Amino acid sequence: MPDSLPPDSVGVVTPQTLHFDTPITLACGQTLDSYDLVVETYGSLNADASNAILICHALSGHHHAAGYHSMDDRKPGWWDSCIGPGKPIDTRRFFVVSLNNLGGCHGSTGPNSPNPATGKPYGPDFPVVTVKDWVDSQAALADRLGIQCWAAVVGGSLGGMQALQWSLSYPDRLRHALIIASTPRLTAQNIAFNEVARNAITSDQEFHDGRYHDFDTVPRRGLMLARMIGHITYLSDASMGEKFGRELRDQAYKFGYDAEFQVESYLRYQGERFSETFDANTYLLMTRALDYFDPAYEYDNNLAEAMTHARCEFLVLSFSTDWRFTPARSEELVNAMVAARRKVSYAEIDAPWGHDAFLIPTPRYTDVFCAYMARVAREVNA
Amino acid sequence: MRTDLQIIEQWIKPGSHVLDLGCGDGTLLDHLQREKQASGFGLEINPDHITTCMSRGVAVIEQNLDTQGLQNFDDQSFDVVLMTQALQAVRRPDKVLDEMLRLGREGIVTFPNFAYWRLRWYLMRHGRMPESETLPYRWYNTPNIHLCTFKDFEALCYRKNFRIKNRTVVDGDHQDRWFSRLWPNMLGQIAIYRITRQED
Repeated sequence: MPDSLPPDSVGVVTPQTLHFDTPITLACGQTLDSYDLVVETYGSLNADASNAILICHALSGHHHAAGYHSMDDRKPGWWDSCIGPGKPIDTRRFFVVSLNNLGGCHGSTGPNSPNPATGKPYGPDFPVVTVKDWVDSQAALADRLGIQCWAAVVGGSLGGMQALQWSLSYPDRLRHALIIASTPRLTAQNIAFNEVARNAITSDQEFHDGRYHDFDTVPRRGLMLARMIGHITYLSDASMGEKFGRELRDQAYKFGYDAEFQVESYLRYQGERFSETFDANTYLLMTRALDYFDPAYEYDNNLAEAMTHARCEFLVLSFSTDWRFTPARSEELVNAMVAARRKVSYAEIDAPWGHDAFLIPTPRYTDVFCAYMARVAREVNA
Repeated sequence: MRTDLQIIEQWIKPGSHVLDLGCGDGTLLDHLQREKQASGFGLEINPDHITTCMSRGVAVIEQNLDTQGLQNFDDQSFDVVLMTQALQAVRRPDKVLDEMLRLGREGIVTFPNFAYWRLRWYLMRHGRMPESETLPYRWYNTPNIHLCTFKDFEALCYRKNFRIKNRTVVDGDHQDRWFSRLWPNMLGQIAIYRITRQED
């Protein structure tokens, strides 16, 4: 972090932990009697609490979406490019709420939290939570913050699934849902990639069936592999080619199997760094939440039928080189909304970065995002 | 609002569900939403137009008629399907018209009349492809790849068993003039047709 903060930053922010005592019954049938959610907020809530925006995070995300935790921070929050004064989610107009979801590993109740039954960390005993469960816990959070109706619920990737679920679970509690680089359900290929990632973790000798805390270890190697495979699906062939090509770390082949190509050492570095900060049980849980998400399932696999239950307006955005959740997946969702006569706008943004494009500001992405959010702001007099 | 759009507005019943093919900056849909409580969508490919639609609250979907078609929309899912000044720019106008009447009970189409007397005069005098205010392109870079006349359009409707419910003409300033109604194929610059399937 430089000496001064950029003018379009929300500045130094402090997360807070909110405790909830009302039990939440999860899709799996289990109940959490109480839980914590770690939350950051940016901007201020207006008098009639109409200008609140909920940010939903993706697989490896958390509550720290924008700003810096201290002047020594090297990097801002994960969606700082889109949240701040003058940015698409303009904190001069909106009150922005960002949380770490249940089952996460950044402070909200999850596998690392103590299990009240044993006093030891839940580990693998933490229940599998679903997107629907997250939305229920986010509704409890909205109640706590005095927000009856979100101006918009916004998310990319797995976050977009939460925005979509909001429109179905609590149709009268949001005006807009912004579903970015997302999908109404995973394909077999998507699930297959998740399975490889989970297998990498569970087959690590240090995993100990998820009870690695008992053995004072973590399945670092498995997490690293899981992240490496995941990371490949976040980038595009073109962006990897552009960034690394076939570049070697040294001049010549060494006729061995260490990381010789730049792309290899990049993936290893990313994987290692991730394995130091992320929890393996959380990774399993998050990928399962992805696999299970399928709002059409309850409606005889008829997504349009599901969408008739929504009341809010939608913005759906996809990215041309996203092969994890392709534009075709977004169009499938848009078509269901059109058939259900929901108000939806859709754009496919031309960007070379694959799935990760939703985190990277490009002129058209920013234009569309700004235009839509400015209208939301006008609508709620923010 | 432009006269041609005002004419179209008169043909749309309050509360209609409308699809606007090539909706531009969403002017017409915005107006129909506010004045006629219409719902519906615009399809557009121009990024700036799409952004404008979003900022004014018009539901716009990025979709290319030529490459993506309209298969993603259900039969008879709209009351009216509109296409203003885009028929001449699509790859297969005949198929788009078929699709319009598959999706909607009624279609409203506007296009420039290539038999307008000034264009005829230009071609006769210069022996070259006409350029005008409504058609400001050269033959090699024009988006208007399927120009036709009123008579051509009506012949196509006849062949396809479309019924023409209304037709009117306006001039290049989108004004409705008595003389262009007198001899539309010669004096009309922009055609506005309201069509439906014959059996209706």
